[in-house]
Amino acid sequence: MRQGKKQRRLILIGAIGIVLSAAMALILFGLSDQIALFKTPTNIVEEGIQPGVRLRIGGLVKDGSWKKEGTTHTFVVTDQANDVTITYVGIVPDLFREGQGAVLEGELTANNIFVADTVLAKHDEQYVPKEVADALKEQGVWKPGEPLPSTN
Amino acid sequence: MISEIGHYALILALVLAAVQSVVPFWGARKGDVALMQTASPLSLMQFLLVAISFGILVHAYMVSDFSIRNVYENSHTDKPLIYKISGTWGNHEGSMLLWILILVLFGAMVAAFGKNLPMRLKANVLAVQAWISFAFLWFILQTSNPFWRLDPAPLQGQDLNPLLQDIGLAIHPPLLYLGYVGFSITFSFAVAALIEGRLDSAWARWVRPWALLAWMFLTIGISMGSYWAYYELGWGGWWFWDPVENASFMPWLAGTALLHSAIVVEKRNALRVWTVLLAILTFSLSLLGTFIVRSGLLTSVHSFAVDPERGVFILAILAVFIVGSLTLFVLRASSLTEGGVFAPVSREGALILNNLFLSAATATVFIGTLYPMFYEAISGEKISVGPPFFNLTFVPLVIPLLFAIPYGPFLAWKRGDLIAVTQRLMAAYGVALAAIFIVYIFVADGPVLAPLGIGLGVWLVAGAFSELLWRAKAFQSSFQETWRRLSNLPRASYGAALGHAGMGLTVLGAVAVTAYGTEVLKDMKTGDTIETGGYVMTFKEIRPERANNYVQDIAVFDVTKEGRFITELAPAKRVYVARQFPTTEAAIHTNWFSQLFLSLGDVKADGTAVVRAYYKPWVTLIWIGTIVMFVGGCLSLADRRLRIGVPQKKRAVPALPEAAE
Repeated sequence: MRQGKKQRRLILIGAIGIVLSAAMALILFGLSDQIALFKTPTNIVEEGIQPGVRLRIGGLVKDGSWKKEGTTHTFVVTDQANDVTITYVGIVPDLFREGQGAVLEGELTANNIFVADTVLAKHDEQYVPKEVADALKEQGVWKPGEPLPSTN
Repeated sequence: MISEIGHYALILALVLAAVQSVVPFWGARKGDVALMQTASPLSLMQFLLVAISFGILVHAYMVSDFSIRNVYENSHTDKPLIYKISGTWGNHEGSMLLWILILVLFGAMVAAFGKNLPMRLKANVLAVQAWISFAFLWFILQTSNPFWRLDPAPLQGQDLNPLLQDIGLAIHPPLLYLGYVGFSITFSFAVAALIEGRLDSAWARWVRPWALLAWMFLTIGISMGSYWAYYELGWGGWWFWDPVENASFMPWLAGTALLHSAIVVEKRNALRVWTVLLAILTFSLSLLGTFIVRSGLLTSVHSFAVDPERGVFILAILAVFIVGSLTLFVLRASSLTEGGVFAPVSREGALILNNLFLSAATATVFIGTLYPMFYEAISGEKISVGPPFFNLTFVPLVIPLLFAIPYGPFLAWKRGDLIAVTQRLMAAYGVALAAIFIVYIFVADGPVLAPLGIGLGVWLVAGAFSELLWRAKAFQSSFQETWRRLSNLPRASYGAALGHAGMGLTVLGAVAVTAYGTEVLKDMKTGDTIETGGYVMTFKEIRPERANNYVQDIAVFDVTKEGRFITELAPAKRVYVARQFPTTEAAIHTNWFSQLFLSLGDVKADGTAVVRAYYKPWVTLIWIGTIVMFVGGCLSLADRRLRIGVPQKKRAVPALPEAAE
């Protein structure tokens, strides 16, 4: 079965086409289905987001709102205009504190409580998560370089 | 005073880089031997100057010279010496200097070991290498000078981020940069080949070992970073698909492809244009990674303190090098001719398939990593692309690749026989199927597909060993004869087999821990027990402790299994005094390849604590696999044929097996 140059080239191009289109299909499907939108508490309140959709929420953890009961954490995340109540079962990161920025990933329940399965705080105590910084700037309550606004 | 010498050495290195960028290059254009010969001494001098500069910065850290801003911001007198030293590269400026040190080290290595390189090629390669070092020396002096002084000097430093006060910082970044930056050499070779418009056999013989060297260090560097994150962050995860992890993983994927395509160039003189492109892309991805880490544009756990000026500067460097080299590629690629023809089913075909899948996998990681940035730029909305995306796209693309790996080394060059190879792999098929069957029968819970994943890992390991046995014609002759043949196999054959077997071990570990790992979370008081993976842990006591630069609450657990005492584990919650920075210190018990991982949550005043326990079956195989890959790389580099650089005339001897990289 001697193959001509043309035929070989055809097989090669065919293989490239198959693999690349498979990759493309996976990527497109993944980007339509497996991503989480980032929302601020104000977005949540104003946009009326459906329960059960995977989301990220970012903001400052409100002073005095953090309660621990056994392994369950409850706290309020705020962008100074609106608040969202969060529950999380597990161990929060070491740098998770009241008055500091945090990003939560999870779903909204029917009674507008956000059930987080992931809590992100930063490795560095001076760092404000970019999403949170942008959200606070949008609300006009904070500029980079300033201390974070009080959340009392 | 001494630190001014370091600063001055850096400026001098910039000047030398400028000279080296032009003079050898000009010499190669004009055919002027004297000008071309300046390349090597200039490279060595440049390395020496940067090394002096780096040494002086390390010294400043060792003696806690807080008149240097960088030391003041990132060090403290109470820190142990080892963390003072490693703290040198625990920040943006210092790590950038380490980055440049390794860049010029690779240039110096080409200068020192490249005695048999054609003069023009060497001059061009070193000139291109100097373009890169010029850009980054300029960058560091302009935006990230580690020698900036403070006046008056503070009495005490601000301490290093406690998460970085770990042996991991001493190991992970230097190894990672050796890999990351090492690909600058293959980039320089590629650009030099395009400038000359020719790719000779010396080019091919040189590129593969350099790609291999960089790849080895990148492999082990990523792996050590993964283990560090695993034990230090206390979440028990070993890979997070974080943008910065992806930033180092993309050059690894592209570099793996390069490593394999370079074999085809070396042995068969084919795939040259593609290999040149791949060399350019691999280092471009390294540069992109540097940009991602240091620009702060993507949300990541690794970000350095952000300064917009740096981001723009690196973006400019990135743009110049990537656009420049790709333009050069488009203009000159047609002048590189392609050699050796081959059938689709052949070693070459298998290596093309490898490259195809690796490129597609790189593309998925690339898009997943950068998509949030583009999405936000276009729509203004923020999104996050996390593990679900990568599990859906990346994993299905690498599974066929992993399955095909054992076939590759069995296939003959030019024209292979798929059926014959399948027959030779029957033993490996048997072992893998047996493994699937055993896991399916004896391991009750876990995902349905998990036994297949385990089978895939076993298949890779068994396939690698089958190949060695086949080459040694085992079972066809006496034991002594087989042994003699095995010991006569080229080291590169062992290198390839270990590389593939190591991949198999990593797959085994990853599948096992993902599918069969267990975890429990409990609010405990002393005397309570918690159970996972067959281990029972009893909470004995919690007590405060003081060390030089931190205080901690340390919880003590007795670990038993089936009533037998195994060990004591003591996870802790620390607070580093200087920064009032809390950290969690996990406690780990290793039993062969599996680990019991205990992590502490909130410790309350009444002595209760939230405790998380993980059982991680076979988890250490993930990292052991990468060490096996590294050792495989070492063996391959130690191959005789590579050391003395014999031209490929040996194919005429039919009894000798082909090299099997």
